[in-house]
Amino acid sequence: MSELLVPFAYDYMIKAMVISALVGGVCAFLSAYLMLKGWSLMGDALAHAIVPGVAGAYILGLPFAAGAFLAGLLASLGMYLVNQVSRLREDAIIGLIFTSFFAFGLLLVSIYPTAVNVQTIIMGNVLAIPDDEALQVLIIAAVSLTILTLKWRDLMVVFFDENYARTVGLHPIRLKILFFTLLSACTVAALQTVGAFLVVAMVITPGATAYLLTDRFHILLLLSVAIGAATSFIGAYLSFFLNGATGGIIVVLQTVVFLAIFLFAPKHGLLQTRRAAAASIAEHEQTS
Amino acid sequence: MKDKVSADISLNVSGVTVTYRNGNTGLRDASFSLSAGSICGLVGVNGSGKSTLFKAIMGFVTPTTGTVQIGGRPAAEAMRKNLVAYVPQAEEVDWNFPVLVEDVVMMGRYGHMGFLRTPSVHDRAMVTDALDRVRMTEYRDRQIGELSGGQKKRVFLARALAQEGKLILLDEPFTGVDVKTEHAIIDLMGELRDAGHLMLVSTHNLGSVPDFCDQVVLINQTVLAAGPTETTFTQSNLEEAFGGVLRHFRLDGTELHNDEDERGVTVLTDDERPVIFYGNKDRAHEPRRRQRDRDETGPPPEFMDDAS
Repeated sequence: MSELLVPFAYDYMIKAMVISALVGGVCAFLSAYLMLKGWSLMGDALAHAIVPGVAGAYILGLPFAAGAFLAGLLASLGMYLVNQVSRLREDAIIGLIFTSFFAFGLLLVSIYPTAVNVQTIIMGNVLAIPDDEALQVLIIAAVSLTILTLKWRDLMVVFFDENYARTVGLHPIRLKILFFTLLSACTVAALQTVGAFLVVAMVITPGATAYLLTDRFHILLLLSVAIGAATSFIGAYLSFFLNGATGGIIVVLQTVVFLAIFLFAPKHGLLQTRRAAAASIAEHEQTS
Repeated sequence: MKDKVSADISLNVSGVTVTYRNGNTGLRDASFSLSAGSICGLVGVNGSGKSTLFKAIMGFVTPTTGTVQIGGRPAAEAMRKNLVAYVPQAEEVDWNFPVLVEDVVMMGRYGHMGFLRTPSVHDRAMVTDALDRVRMTEYRDRQIGELSGGQKKRVFLARALAQEGKLILLDEPFTGVDVKTEHAIIDLMGELRDAGHLMLVSTHNLGSVPDFCDQVVLINQTVLAAGPTETTFTQSNLEEAFGGVLRHFRLDGTELHNDEDERGVTVLTDDERPVIFYGNKDRAHEPRRRQRDRDETGPPPEFMDDAS
């Protein structure tokens, strides 16, 4: 029994678990919106696009969050502009921009190999996170969570029916900018815990899982945050014993939860929809 | 809720031209004005600028020239004051979105709520009332994707009612809706008109326009004619608005009568309910207000449960 409590005896483990849970929670909050709008891959694109920013910031000795944010902003702006002036489809533009940014990032890292460990950016390393970076992550997550808690209803109306949102006096463009700013900020934070490759899971899977469990948006938000925070906390905890990459464990856990719910969810699960379909066919046969 | 509209609403569109960024002109020099207690039909072919006009009224596009005034205020200000309620077409939203019927109607109250959008007792009462008026109370706990076409329309209507907008814009409210629901919507609009609301309804349903619209705006890139239905909704105006797009049937006097009567029957249709003119082609046409179908079928139309 006491063996299971060992991780709590180490400061670095407690720090890792708390940060992971917080980041997992706030990414899950955003995931509820992203997956509903069909923008899931935007998260992926952003996560890859901030890599050169992080590398550049390390090289120049700036806070990594500043560099990442700048790169994220540039990438979003780039996607927006190309979308405006070309007749390419959106997915092609997203793919084009994020791979270019990512490649540039890798190039930077390979030219200045001492400046930053490429492993840290791509795989994340929350167990060895320095205090000042931990603080940055904490601030980003806390501020984002506060804003989202205050404005979740406005964002919901904008995501559901943008035209209507305007007629009740909301500002969809401002709210969308706010949303993407938060998304960029949180991808930066998540970079530290799970790395650039797996951030996309953090901003999709919890929301997708919760979507199968409820028809009400606020419950979807609560479930999503709970799933994101719990899997991240437990993932960080387990990584102590498994001695594996924290990010990998977190995302595997999220996938396991998703699969279980995909099969067994009470209303929208695979088994239940099959059963309901069979029941309605049987009923139909009986009446005819 | 017998809402009496306190300040009189009006809609003033003057000289509005909308040119899109790609150089296309959506609307040219459009002018008309409407005042409280009226239902106005907005009639024109697809691509005639109906949606552009709606967008200009709601302030989504800024006119290159001309102005839109709602209750004497610019569009954007009128929006902020919740003067305008919009009933969109069903295709405009994602029906898989995890919200219940009552959640959608509650969105109509957002403009009346504070920073955190926490619903008050009054907000909840307004939602209940709006659902009741469109006979959707028993569906309030349904996820919106589980509704039929007519029920979806009613949810949007309830949202507009809950919002208490004085100018209500309805975009094709009768598409995908059964006849009973159509009549119920028309009845509800009548109630709102009596309460002093102003409604602008875009429709393809030419046949029902004389039934419920007291005003009509005919549009094709610009406003061709605007005014009371009796004098504006005429065969010649319609033919001008629709060009060769309408199906057009005419039975002449000799085919209908065995005597010297020269009056003929003209049927104009946009593949929905046709509009029928009877009379001498050269005389001033006045579409006869047809008796509402309810007189033939007996009981007054209600919002029926049209879920299968």
